[in-house]
Amino acid sequence: MVDDWRPSGNNMDDLFLIIPFILLVVINLLPESWRKISFWLVLFLTGWQTCLAVLIPLKLGHIIEIFKLENLFGFNLQLTNLMALLLCATGLVAFCSVLVAQVMIKQERDRFNFFNLLIITLIGMNGLAMTRDLFSLYVFIEVTALASFLQINLYRDQKGQEAVWKYLILSVVASTLLLSGLAIFLMVAGGTSLQQINLALLAGTTFWPKLALALFVAGLLVKGGVVPFHGWLPDTYQAAPAPVSVLLAGIVTKACGLYGLARLGFFLCPLNKVLLIFGTASIIIGALAALGQKDLKRLLAYSSISQIGYIVLAFGIGTKLGYLAALFHFFNHAVLKGQLFANAAAIEAGAGTTEIEKLNGVGPKMPVTAFTTLIAMLSTAGLPPLAGFWSKLLIIMALWFAGLYGYALIAVLASILTLAYFLYVQRNIFFCQPIAAVKAAEPSLTLLLPALILMTITVGLGLVFPWAIGIFVR
Amino acid sequence: MLTLVFLLLIMVGFALWAIFTNLLLRAAIALALTSATLTIIMFRLDAPYAGAFELSVCAGLIPVIFISVISLLQRIPLPEQIERRQKRLKRFWYLPLVLLAIGWLFYAIKPVPGNFIRPEIINDVRVVLWDQRRLDLFGQILALLAGAYGVTILFKENKNNDH
Repeated sequence: MVDDWRPSGNNMDDLFLIIPFILLVVINLLPESWRKISFWLVLFLTGWQTCLAVLIPLKLGHIIEIFKLENLFGFNLQLTNLMALLLCATGLVAFCSVLVAQVMIKQERDRFNFFNLLIITLIGMNGLAMTRDLFSLYVFIEVTALASFLQINLYRDQKGQEAVWKYLILSVVASTLLLSGLAIFLMVAGGTSLQQINLALLAGTTFWPKLALALFVAGLLVKGGVVPFHGWLPDTYQAAPAPVSVLLAGIVTKACGLYGLARLGFFLCPLNKVLLIFGTASIIIGALAALGQKDLKRLLAYSSISQIGYIVLAFGIGTKLGYLAALFHFFNHAVLKGQLFANAAAIEAGAGTTEIEKLNGVGPKMPVTAFTTLIAMLSTAGLPPLAGFWSKLLIIMALWFAGLYGYALIAVLASILTLAYFLYVQRNIFFCQPIAAVKAAEPSLTLLLPALILMTITVGLGLVFPWAIGIFVR
Repeated sequence: MLTLVFLLLIMVGFALWAIFTNLLLRAAIALALTSATLTIIMFRLDAPYAGAFELSVCAGLIPVIFISVISLLQRIPLPEQIERRQKRLKRFWYLPLVLLAIGWLFYAIKPVPGNFIRPEIINDVRVVLWDQRRLDLFGQILALLAGAYGVTILFKENKNNDH
């Protein structure tokens, strides 16, 4: 937002970086025989972040301030209510990923490494959401991406290495674009803080500030897996271990690409048309590609590309309603995709595969997973009264009020496509007669819990959405 | 100005050598030379602290890490090396086209000289790192920690394989 550098009234911004860092040190100081408790500590950390992020808009956050830890480092961050929404999404998805990891990562050493890297990823994403400086934004993007590369390659198998290689190459291209943009910003604005960049963009009718902005946004779009820079995304989501898929699809990819757009806010105005075109291309191509997929995780990856397109489209509208719609769809998509990948993990654990054809008729054997998947898919497709419906409605309304009728129509039609590929999944996995005897069973409660929590949020938020939006926008 | 352009060209030359050479060791050396040239450029541009960091870390420490990792690897047979080199060259067929397109774009847009501002220079590295870029310093620490975990993950696997 343009007035992003103003103090928010919350003095606890640093805690979102300091507390995870302290925990990172603590779990590494534990004796090897005590490392099992790292699961509980990381679970507590992610739960704490989710709760605190909800307390901020409710003006209850000052309870934490009594510890006076906030002045320890003075990182000069800024936390608005809307950014608290992103922190909440980050904490929530990380919480679910920790639960999935406890079941799906068998080796204790791998699990411990995953928890460490998850904390680093969490700090990186928190920094991204709160920084007031574009160079710091870049630094935290790199921190998050670096930890993600290692998480994807956690098992050191060939599949993971190939996926990391693709992700790494495109990530380096994105970093080059981001750094080029930052270098030009430094020349034309004299610094990289959001305030200086705002002044340069307002004063600059010349070519250079816009070129810098274009390069920076191009870098963010590559990191976010927006079409045509999406080549790495399906391979990565498919090859990554289950808890890493939850984390990547739920929040990391969006954080690396779209937190930057959220921080830039209305600075994006010169690029609105470009964002509208890229967003629309992502929506359509992602949805069409999802239709032809044979693997559940790959299908969900293409669905992610399509939903990320909606968020980019909403940022491209350039109005307050569009900005709001983008952030709420961001939150909803984080919850829904986290849930769907947690379901995919449950299916992988319960049936031993994620290939759709081999999963014919597992529905009766996995009723909880079938039900939570159905709710998540309906919400992603935008069916009322689920949470996904409201954020899509906001996007379509924002497009309509901005006079972008064609884009609004595409957004509606693409929702039908979304429903089509999700019905295909439902029909082939859960609601058809099995061709052969399928061995499947519900996994443990620990693995079902993430999907149940996220489903409750999807349904609950859908029911109280008008109230919730009032709280966060206040 | 002419010296800077000359140095930039040399730097790009080293960088291209790093990409196109088929020996990892040469690529590491080429990267070190790229960084060393960049260090000279930084000194000429009145950025001694950045130059010192570039020299110590990018031209010094990182090539040492690269070379120590390379020493752990096995060399691939010569015919395969030749085959890979040919494939690599084919993979970059579009590079001249990209350069031409960028050149044409700049010619078509005719960028006017910008109102460039010289950033405020503070010649105290403590002030820069702690007062101005504290958050970035914290990010750097995290990046180093992530790197350390990377080494732990990969090397422990090697240890297991040895068993």
